[in-house]
Amino acid sequence: MIRAKDINEHTPWQDLTPGGEIYEPGTARAFNTGTWRTHTPVFHADACKHCMLCVPFCPDSAIPVKDGKRLDFDYMHCKGCGICEDVCPFPAITMVAGGVPK
Amino acid sequence: MSKVYNLKREVEKPPRLTGGHRLCAGCGAGVVVAGVLRALNKEDRAVVVNATGCVEVSTFMYPYTAYTDSFIHSAFENAAATCSGVEAAYKALQRRGKVNGVVKFITFAGDGGTYDIGFQSLSGAMERGHDMVYVCYDNEAYMNTGIQRSSSTPRFARTTTSPVGSAGQGKPQNKKDITEIMVAHHIPYVAQTAPLGNFKDLHIKSHKAIYTEGPCFLNILSPCPRGWDYPASKLAEITRLAVETCVWPLFEVEEGIWRLSYIPKKKLPVEEFLRPQGRFRHMFLKGNEWMIETAQAYVDEKWERLLERTGA
Repeated sequence: MIRAKDINEHTPWQDLTPGGEIYEPGTARAFNTGTWRTHTPVFHADACKHCMLCVPFCPDSAIPVKDGKRLDFDYMHCKGCGICEDVCPFPAITMVAGGVPK
Repeated sequence: MSKVYNLKREVEKPPRLTGGHRLCAGCGAGVVVAGVLRALNKEDRAVVVNATGCVEVSTFMYPYTAYTDSFIHSAFENAAATCSGVEAAYKALQRRGKVNGVVKFITFAGDGGTYDIGFQSLSGAMERGHDMVYVCYDNEAYMNTGIQRSSSTPRFARTTTSPVGSAGQGKPQNKKDITEIMVAHHIPYVAQTAPLGNFKDLHIKSHKAIYTEGPCFLNILSPCPRGWDYPASKLAEITRLAVETCVWPLFEVEEGIWRLSYIPKKKLPVEEFLRPQGRFRHMFLKGNEWMIETAQAYVDEKWERLLERTGA
């Protein structure tokens, strides 16, 4: 069976999955939407109280959570919309211009 | 889910809508879909069905799926029929002992797929009593094809097919009340919610809809930065204003009993919701004051009726 990661615009149709089916879950994770950013959120861990209000508001599931703590952004998927900065009650997230966190 | 909602515990679950989908930056629908799926118990599986729309074309582009659950493509007009068919097939296999485990059936459709094109199949599936949830992410126009008006677009809103100019001033008709139409189907659970604050309202209603046996319907406000013309970062603010002005009241109807989920301490004037959005910009021009007055009168009338219905 051909895997999603091995399918691209050069794959001949004979090698594609029948019916265009996808057999693996969450293959979109392999797709980089981080290049879309024109603004980038920067996470300030010291100011974060881990209230988690930003997490459900992220349209791109780009705020990982582990053991009750939010971690730094998943920059491969963050599109830089800035909702997280807007909902953050603390100075823990700031947006900077451009596609890289600096 | 234990009885008390705990945001910290809920966000710890692995997301069932992953990153890497192609919805626009700041899209309300991504937040809504992820929020509804988060209400599934961790160990349960789901089959997600999508009507044609933004979410369908962005979350499932071959060979990429943003779902960790099973997903089935559908057309604009038959998402509810597809979902009800899968549910019926699953029940049949279950009776024969060929499948086991908890599987939930969830349809996501935009307002075009719900209010307009998919309406007949939605009505049919609800009437037949399938054990499924139909979720409308309501962004109030056909955003996927370039912002054409739907029967969910509110009055005066500018879209590409209800433009503002010398011949017209946005959409001339009011929004269809689909939630009330679904209540009239006498199904076990109908609710209206929005992505707000700590997501308690959206989460609890989603969980109730998913785990109530029989057909359930959720209408969830899903602001669209492109179509509504506001800065992408303002999702939370726009939704909050929709609720605080009573433009989008939060309520649920369980076994025919209406219940208001939230009453604003101070009902804000409808202008507060309209002003930040470009699609209503012409309403603030000199000479168009009557539009705001008309919009306010409409919201007040609907709100009064809802208060009466819910006995609040």
